Amino acid sequence: MTAQPDIGTLAVGATLPETRYTPDNIQLFFYNAVLWNAHRIHYDLPYATEVEGYKGLVIAGPMLGDWLVQAVDNWIGDRGSVQRVEYSNRMASFIGETLTTGGTVTAVDRDARTADFDLFVKNESGDVITPGKVTVRFD
Amino acid sequence: MGVLTPEVLAYIGRKAPPRTEVVTRRDIRKYAIATGQTQRKYVDGDVAPPLFHVALFWDVVPLDELTPDGVSVDRLLPKFPLEKAMAGGLDIRYHDPIRPGDVLIGNRTLTNIYEKEGRSGPLIFYEVVLEVTREDGTPVLTEKTTRLLR
Repeated sequence: MTAQPDIGTLAVGATLPETRYTPDNIQLFFYNAVLWNAHRIHYDLPYATEVEGYKGLVIAGPMLGDWLVQAVDNWIGDRGSVQRVEYSNRMASFIGETLTTGGTVTAVDRDARTADFDLFVKNESGDVITPGKVTVRFD
Repeated sequence: MGVLTPEVLAYIGRKAPPRTEVVTRRDIRKYAIATGQTQRKYVDGDVAPPLFHVALFWDVVPLDELTPDGVSVDRLLPKFPLEKAMAGGLDIRYHDPIRPGDVLIGNRTLTNIYEKEGRSGPLIFYEVVLEVTREDGTPVLTEKTTRLLR
């Protein structure tokens, strides 16, 4: 069951629409430029693979956190707002991979007009590379 | 036998100098485009996406203060006896949205350092809390970062 952004009918166990992301070098460059982050693992392929031992150019961890939050923030849109975000980057992911975000409703408080979600960013193997929890409050 | 010395543990409670940042529509738009936002309010820069503050308060350092791998050294932290950075986690609570023209103050505090015995040796955890407020002290958000070294 796909969740509707309505606190009156939202049920525990309902799922959010899934979104796929296939970031490329341009997007990763822009993201790190916005941060002022010059870590070589994000743009220097010989360094990332030969020195650090990664499979490729590493997708920035906080960008994955942003996508995790988008999974619920894009769903609720102007009907509410994000109150709390918790996430952790558990595994690296790389340019060329397609990542999927989504989540499930874990709690609904109709008096407080809040809902809790367990969210994920998964890689193509199905590994949850960035798990998280978000609480939203409906207006 | 622990790896954390009293000298390292003495850093708990240390605060970074406060940072004041002015939020511009241009910065919000850049962040929104870089992260692939689809909502008009973010792409137009009317309001900041929830994780915009990560970029706003990322340290702006001169080139000669970067390490050879391009990383800036966080001066809030002691020199830890373990240096391989592992997964990190964030816990953010939001109080007030960020909009163009906002003047925001960020205060970072190193709130905890502790160790645990992992499967392949000791692990060091540390926590940094970032409090973002307006100039009059109105809370905007609080972010706790937990990082893990092995």
